[in-house]
This record gives sequence, C-alpha cells and structure tokens, in this order.
Amino acid sequence: MSVGVRTQDLRKVYNSAPPLGAAGGFVARADAKGSKPAKTDIVALNGLSLDVWPGEIFGLLGPNGAGKSTTVGVLTTRVRPTSGQAWVGEHDVWKEQAAVKYLIGVVPQRPNLDFSLTAREILIFHAAYFGIGAKQRNTLADALLEKFKLTDRANQMVRGFSGGMMQRLSIARAMMHDPQVLFLDEPSAGLDPQTRILLWEIIRDYNHAGKTVLLTTHNMEEADALCQRLAIIDHGRVIALGTPRELKHSIPGGFLLRLRFGTSTRALLERLQSLSGVREVRPSDTTGADVYADRGGSLIAEIATLAAATSSELLDVHISEPSLENLFLHHTGRSLRD
Amino acid sequence: MNWKTFGAMLARDAHVARRNALQLLFQTFLQPLLFVFIFGRVMVGSGYMPATYKSLLLPGIIAISMVFTGIWAVAMPLIAEFQWTREIEDRLLSPIDISYIAIEKVIAGMLQALVAGLAVIPLAWLVLRPGVDIHLHMPLQFIAIILLVAAFSACGGLALGCSINQQHIGLMFGMVITPMIFFGCTYYPWSALTTFPILQKLVLINPLVYASEGLRAALVPQFPHLSVIAVLCALTVFDILLLVVGLRRFESKAVS
Repeated sequence: MSVGVRTQDLRKVYNSAPPLGAAGGFVARADAKGSKPAKTDIVALNGLSLDVWPGEIFGLLGPNGAGKSTTVGVLTTRVRPTSGQAWVGEHDVWKEQAAVKYLIGVVPQRPNLDFSLTAREILIFHAAYFGIGAKQRNTLADALLEKFKLTDRANQMVRGFSGGMMQRLSIARAMMHDPQVLFLDEPSAGLDPQTRILLWEIIRDYNHAGKTVLLTTHNMEEADALCQRLAIIDHGRVIALGTPRELKHSIPGGFLLRLRFGTSTRALLERLQSLSGVREVRPSDTTGADVYADRGGSLIAEIATLAAATSSELLDVHISEPSLENLFLHHTGRSLRD
Repeated sequence: MNWKTFGAMLARDAHVARRNALQLLFQTFLQPLLFVFIFGRVMVGSGYMPATYKSLLLPGIIAISMVFTGIWAVAMPLIAEFQWTREIEDRLLSPIDISYIAIEKVIAGMLQALVAGLAVIPLAWLVLRPGVDIHLHMPLQFIAIILLVAAFSACGGLALGCSINQQHIGLMFGMVITPMIFFGCTYYPWSALTTFPILQKLVLINPLVYASEGLRAALVPQFPHLSVIAVLCALTVFDILLLVVGLRRFESKAVS
C-alpha cells in the first residue's frame, strides 16, 4: 500500500540564519512604522501546498534558496513550520513524529554519515534503531552494500570515502528500513555522470516497488528524466505544477529566443509581436527582449530585417528549445542558475 | 517510548567507546594520576604535605575524574555532531521522541563517568599506597552520591554541549571547567576556605563542591565535610536544573 505526502499552507520564517541545506528563502524586511531598526526575517516557505500522490516520483524544482530543502525538512520532522500542516500518509508530521519516521527514509543534501562507524556498521545500527532483528539487518546490509557497489569498502571507516561513495551509502542507509516514502535532497549534486545514472536506476527501481519518492533538484535534466510530476517552486511558493511534458507545453510557443539589439525601441518590440509564430514578447532590459514562439531559427532572418528597418541592429541571439529552464524563466523572469 | 531504538543507540555509543578505549583511557586517567603522583607521592614523600593529605586528596580526584569524563563524553560529540558533521541526524530520524535521544546521551555519559570514578579508586590507591585511609562504612550513601555526581556530569555535558559553538570549546575549558575544578574543593576540603569567608560562600554555586564533599563524607568521614543531606539536596537540584536546561537546548538545536 503506497503512501502519499501532503502539505497545506506551509509557512516557515527563520529569524536567525537557516541551517545548512535549508538555506531557503529570500530576505524580507519587516519595516513597521516606528519600530526599532527593521528586523531581518527570512521567509523560506510562503504558503506552500503540495499533494504528492502515493507511488509517484515527485520533483521539487527550483533555484537555490527557493525553499526546497525547508519543505523536505518540514516533512521529515527536522524543521518546525511557523504555520500550516504536513502529512505523510494519514499521519500529521508534527503530531505523530515516531509513526512518520517509520514511513520515511531521508537522504540529506550534505552527507551526515556517522563518522565513528564503518560503512557496514552504519547500515546495521540504522536498522537497529528501527527495531530490525540482528539476522535480518545483516542480510539487508550485505544486499544493499552489494547493490550500491560498496562491498569492498564495507568494513572501512567512512571518513575517507569520496563524495560519491558517501552519497551512495546515505541512500543505502535511507533504504535499510524499507520506507514507504523516500526523500532525496539534491541527490545527484556533485556526482559523476556514471554514478548519477546508477542513482537514477536505483530510484526508478525503488519506485517500481510501489514506493513514493520525493526529490529536490535544480537540475532540469534530472527532473525531466526522473520525475512523473513536478512542482516548480520559487520564494517558498509553488509557481507551476504538472508532468514535465505538461509544464513544458504550458510555455507559449515553446521556443525561447533571447535577443539583444544595438538600441531598443518600443516600436520594434511591437512589430516583433506581429511576426507569424510569435506568441509573446517581453522586454528583458533596456536593449533586450525574450520572444516566445512556435518556431526558432527560421524567425531570425525576419527579426534581423525588422531590426534593420527600425535602425536597431540585432547583436546577439540565443535560441532554446522547449525546456523546464524556459518554463522557470517564463514564470519568474529569472534563470534557474541565477 | 521505543525501548529497542533506545537500546540500539546505547549499543552504538558503547561500540564507539570500545573502539576509542585507549584514547578514552589516557584522556580520563592520565591527568588525575599525574596529580595524585605529584601531590600525593612527591609532595608528601618530601615532607611538604602531611601524610594524611593522601586520603583527603583521593575523593577530590574521584570527583574530578567523574565530572570531567561525563562532561567530555556528552558535550564533545554533541558539539561536533550538531555543528559540522551533522552525524546525529541518523538518530534524530529514528522512530523515537527526540528528547529520549538526549536522555540516551545522558545515560551513556553517566555510565562512562561511573566507570571512570570507580576505576580511578584502585589506580590512585596503587600510586598513593601505603597510607591511604579510606573506608566504605555506608555503601548506600556512597552509591547515592556517586550516581548523583555521574548524573550531574552527564547533564552538565548535555547543557554545555548544546549551548557552545565549536569555536568556543577552548573558552569552555578556560572559563567553565578550569575554575570549576579549582574552586570545587577537590584538592582541599570546603572547611579550608574558612579564612576566605566570601569565597567560601561563593563556591557554593559550584556543583563540583558538593561532589567532592559528598565523596569525602562517604569515603573519608574523618575529615571535615559538608553535611550529607546538604550534598544530596544540592546535587539533586543541580541535576534536575541541568537536565531541564539541557533538554530544552537539545530540542532547539535538533529542530530548526
């Protein structure tokens, strides 16, 4: 029986520096009249509501500081929300913590392995914390070490492990008690391509066994390849939600042409709008424009001609095909990499 | 309460302590034994100190060993695990109320402090002998005191470990531990401060005073010491206070 995850109107305001890995949010200044020098509050989540269905791979996509890690923190009992509610299955995360912890496995953004133990001991003690018997935990640990290609390092202290090995061991540890929902915070950050592919396979396998996976990423390729549904979040709110395909098709046209001219005139932008296939024109700064269109390269000649006609030379063009990156840009006016 | 989880966390701490046994051994016993050797053997042997000082010194050394071991065993891992390694997260995610994780740390710290306190007695006796005059007339009183001292050290470690940043570890030793040891009536009885009346009142805020005086009352009652009732009451109050503060600090560290 698969288990879903739900949040309602989550708000989280940090009044001191947020912890590492949950450094979400933007800085909002509360400047009430007559108050002391404005206190700096960091709003990490600003009314975030999500509904992750049982048995799906769900992605939270957003730039650094969007509130992804804070969302995972709230759902995994590590960050107490300022207001709002969160449930894993039928259990309220903040009222039934122990019950929720049985259901979830967590892979943090930064490795937090127990440095006083060997790789194998880490898995075995983790299972012991979950009340799994000695014989079963030994069998499970050996199987997972094998699956994650760590058998030959099983009896070494993890202090000397590479980043990729630590990440693999973190995932193995999260799977030891066979959780119904697996949370992965930026799982492929810092991994080499080979390990990343291994990781994706493991996540898909786990999902095929009926388990729910919630992962955060700012890597569009990963979100596209892995997730059945995605929420794009920014400034602690969901700004778009759907399958990767639906989301990509929600951008007008699909193609994005980022243009830069010698000088920019309002007239030129209006005339660009009249070209066939152009859906939307947005001025990006004084001399630039973002054009959303049904076609890409074939528009360039027409744009160049129009620019010349308004004595504004076309200096630079960048064409991108339908992608989540464009979607993010469309909704926020910023690149995911900003 | 999930006893399996609690037991597994204790087993983990015991496993790590066994792995670091040699290091723990030196850390716990080297300093007290050097002190015992210099003050109890060299100074007494050369006539600068009276022979009875050997017996007076021993309870203080037990108190120092226990308090230092308990604080160290609880505070140092907590400072590291909460701040830069985040190792404690695997236990914070285990299916148990998080205050029991802090209580488990206290129990593990108490056990280490008890081992340190009980092991230092024969070791110090070996260094000091002959002429050590200790007796265990009231074993129940001794057990009560030694348990309260162990609890004080572990609860103190919890409160300190959850309140201090890694960059202030040096300061913790300089500003908290060292003055506590020197003003803790460990190397002298409380009655020796009679000539410094203000200081004698001031040191009463130091829980180590009650630990040393309590052990003195239990092991060498022939020397002047604070009343056992006062010692038991004061240690109980300090234990509860430090435990409450420690649990609160732990929870605020564990959940952001």
